[in-house]
Amino acid sequence: MNLAEGVQIVSFGILAVMMLVTSLGVVLLSNIVHSAFLLAGVFLSISGLYILLNADFVAAAQILIYVGAVNVLILFAIMLVNKREDFSELPNRWLRQGATAVVCIGLFALLGTMVLVTPWSLDTTSPAVVENTVIALGEHFFSDYLLPFELASVLLLMAMVGAIILARRDLIPDTIESQETVSTSLTLPERPRELASAVNSSEEN
Amino acid sequence: MQLEYFLLLGAALFCIGIYGLVTSRNAVRVLMSIELMLNAVNINLMGFSNYLDPAEIKGQVFTVFVITVAAAEAAVGLAIVLAIYRNRDTIDMEQFNLLKW
Repeated sequence: MNLAEGVQIVSFGILAVMMLVTSLGVVLLSNIVHSAFLLAGVFLSISGLYILLNADFVAAAQILIYVGAVNVLILFAIMLVNKREDFSELPNRWLRQGATAVVCIGLFALLGTMVLVTPWSLDTTSPAVVENTVIALGEHFFSDYLLPFELASVLLLMAMVGAIILARRDLIPDTIESQETVSTSLTLPERPRELASAVNSSEEN
Repeated sequence: MQLEYFLLLGAALFCIGIYGLVTSRNAVRVLMSIELMLNAVNINLMGFSNYLDPAEIKGQVFTVFVITVAAAEAAVGLAIVLAIYRNRDTIDMEQFNLLKW
């Protein structure tokens, strides 16, 4: 990283504040669509932190995978389950939240103490920064991390097949075409829920 | 720049993720909190990779694997949420007591 020290400190501060504020927004906001968009802010600021840590390839991969794929997936899921639902009030909910907050703050204090007390064995000599991280990562992937690399591809295939099977909709039977109820042009051709349960129960019998 | 700054930032993000994981009632928000926790782990790995092992960047390799697993987890998790929503007609975490005695 050939930026000056002051520039690095200032950009780290901006990115850290942005990341903490947006992640608190993800957790605390009541509207889930706002949370999903703030999640993109979290991922973008983490990508900026990666660039500060001399990792250009992983920063690009973070933006491509998280903002481009995972966040869009989450937004699609929110749209698919979009139902204005008023959650029933639970007794002692504030007690639960307060206890969780105390536990989280305690955990952060523990981790922070550990981080600050531990003498990290940083070598004081100027580190030999890798010239091209893409080449270094590729050499790792195809020499000493070859087995995990191949296993990752198998894992992605399994996740894809599993997600398709889990989220698959049953086929619409042709018999309910005649008894179609009033349908506006905006409704999707889905099987109604009570008919689906009736068909399932009849198949079981 | 110090290593401790990045480690503290990762710890804070992890704690925020745990808070969201425990307290949120919307199932999709629980998945978002899990993503936050995985990203906190990634920040830790990248910090160690840059400050303790700058010659061969093995932390970045692990970060790429964690990103891959996180993407697979998000896909399967959202499919499970969709399936539960289709069966139960709700996404309230308090009513998902399918495996609870």
